Amino acid sequence: MAASTVTSINAELRPGAGLGKPQTYWGMAMRSLRRDKVSIVAIVFLVIMGTLALLAGVITGALGVDPNATNPANQFSPPYIWPYLRWLLGLDPVTAPTLLYQSDGVPHWLGTDQLGRDQLARLLFGARISLGIALTAAAISMALGVVVGLAAGYFGRRVDDVVMWFINTMTSIPTIYLLIIVSALFKPTPMTLTLFLGLLGWFGTARFMRGNVFRVRSLDYTLAARSIGASDLRIMVQHVLPNCMAIIVVITAADVAALILTESILSFLGLGVQPPTASWGNMLYRANDFIYLRDASGQFIALHLFIWPGIVISLTVLSLFLLGDGLRDALDPMLKNRK
Amino acid sequence: MARYILRRLLQAIPTLLGISIISFILVNAAPGDPVTMRTFGDPRMTEETRQTLRRQLGLDQPLAVQYFTWLTGLAVRSGDQVAMMTSPTNTCAYFGGVNLTVCNTGGGVLRGDLGTSLDTKQPVWKRLVERMPATLELGIASLLLALVIGVPAGVLAAVYRGTWFDGVVRIITVIFTSVPIFWMALLLILVFAVILGWLPTGGRQTVSLTQEFNLGDRLRHLIMPAFVLALGGIAGFSRLMRTETLEVLNMDFVRTARAKGLPNGQVWFVHAFRNALIPMMTVLGPAIVGVLGGAVVVETIFAWPGMGRLTVSAAFQQDYPLVLGAGMFFAVLTILGNLLSDIFYGLVDPRVRLG
Repeated sequence: MAASTVTSINAELRPGAGLGKPQTYWGMAMRSLRRDKVSIVAIVFLVIMGTLALLAGVITGALGVDPNATNPANQFSPPYIWPYLRWLLGLDPVTAPTLLYQSDGVPHWLGTDQLGRDQLARLLFGARISLGIALTAAAISMALGVVVGLAAGYFGRRVDDVVMWFINTMTSIPTIYLLIIVSALFKPTPMTLTLFLGLLGWFGTARFMRGNVFRVRSLDYTLAARSIGASDLRIMVQHVLPNCMAIIVVITAADVAALILTESILSFLGLGVQPPTASWGNMLYRANDFIYLRDASGQFIALHLFIWPGIVISLTVLSLFLLGDGLRDALDPMLKNRK
Repeated sequence: MARYILRRLLQAIPTLLGISIISFILVNAAPGDPVTMRTFGDPRMTEETRQTLRRQLGLDQPLAVQYFTWLTGLAVRSGDQVAMMTSPTNTCAYFGGVNLTVCNTGGGVLRGDLGTSLDTKQPVWKRLVERMPATLELGIASLLLALVIGVPAGVLAAVYRGTWFDGVVRIITVIFTSVPIFWMALLLILVFAVILGWLPTGGRQTVSLTQEFNLGDRLRHLIMPAFVLALGGIAGFSRLMRTETLEVLNMDFVRTARAKGLPNGQVWFVHAFRNALIPMMTVLGPAIVGVLGGAVVVETIFAWPGMGRLTVSAAFQQDYPLVLGAGMFFAVLTILGNLLSDIFYGLVDPRVRLG
């Protein structure tokens, strides 16, 4: 271990080794991120989820299923995948063909819901909605938070007082409570829900940003820029902002994760994305019932509808949190050894 | 110290005023009309009756006037409208000099009753206070649970840094923050209530004719909601305690203690733990906010008769005054929580000067 570290350092120090490619801050960060196995797994998972969401139409088309096509005759069909595997292995020659017969020859790999809609298709299209809402809302709240935090931290005094008063005011009400109220009263579409989430989510970012700007503003290079007559805007955009990028990236990763959770909570309560549009949260809208539903022989029949969306949400959020941690370690050389 | 507390309380006034204005505008900007909602669009009801109802509720007035009425409980109208406005709950008087009718609607936010619920016509304050014990019980239980589990887990993870125990604590922490709280709640209900049948699925106590207090029964109902509500706190506290303990373990006084030959347990839990505990004070405020926010969801799932569930149903029924009053109430709790955590911070850490 020690020996290999030494050789790799030597390789980097070799005369002329770094000449062709100067090392940038981001380059170094990416390299350190690539060495972090947990982050790599998280990134791979997120890329797969993103690709599946983008290709939702193609995939469901190829499988012959549709997220909104109902089939009352085939409701609560169990996932086809396990019987199929057992059929492939020759363990159970009956169940899989029976299921296929019941569903008119369409394999429902993750089963169907109470209206006979294909769960895999709904998960894929739900990914578009859930990830889309979270990413867009995170972008809105990041933009707002960065601009407001930058202004407050840079100008200080009055601007800072007003901004901080506003932020303290808004954060005095639990955000989830505020969102529940707003969405119960406004009956949001995915678009307005995104706006609400974005507009009510930037306070933390702004507060972090402000603190960081305070620190950067008092550094020598800012003073140097000012002394050669750079304008406020130039100092903010050219000197202060780049030195806050690390914290912005880390906060945004955590933000997206938190927004996926928030959307799922709102939709679960029936306040977020409204049916028939699928989102990961509103697939669990009736989950309170799913955990009780049994057939005549006492078997649970709807647990697949409860388990799968929850797992998908949890894994996506988990990946985002882990990626955020990895990014923080990679971007902040000071924190690297603290772990 | 007294001066500091006084100043913070004075600072809270503009904050609360801001919250009242913002939430009032927000709630009133919502589409839908409480009168139509309450009368279910009944066709037998004439438009005139509806207008009268609206007038009695003050919904026909400009927003600024409605806000004033909500705040003070005084409804103001131009012209002599004493006859039209007087009702069992209103007493009105006409002031000729300024050509205004002023009605006393009996309650307002500033008078401490937080307005009148549209649903039950009771003061919002009273409806909230009825539900408060349940929410407090749940909130305090979950905070205690979070402290009792989260703090030792964090300290031990720092002490045994890099071992399997540290790894397990970190994994559990990440899982607790990633799994949606309602899903975890339902998972627990499925396992412990539906499949195993050990715990009740919801409610605060078993429904019976006498509704006698039974501690065992209450506790059985409390376990699952309190645990679910504590998940976030467990994760947050253990993460914080781990970082802080690591920091403190590197300090000189810990080395001194060790050099003196003190046993490990004493070093960790007397010297290190005490000092690592200081930053915990700063997160108490946010923790209270988190519990209040989470209570909204947890109470809904577990049919827990608390304030969170009350507000959610009020929002669905467009009971504006109740929604607004609950918002103000939560805001006051949050501000007090933050103040308390700052005061404790000053008390525990002599290096921190409040002023």
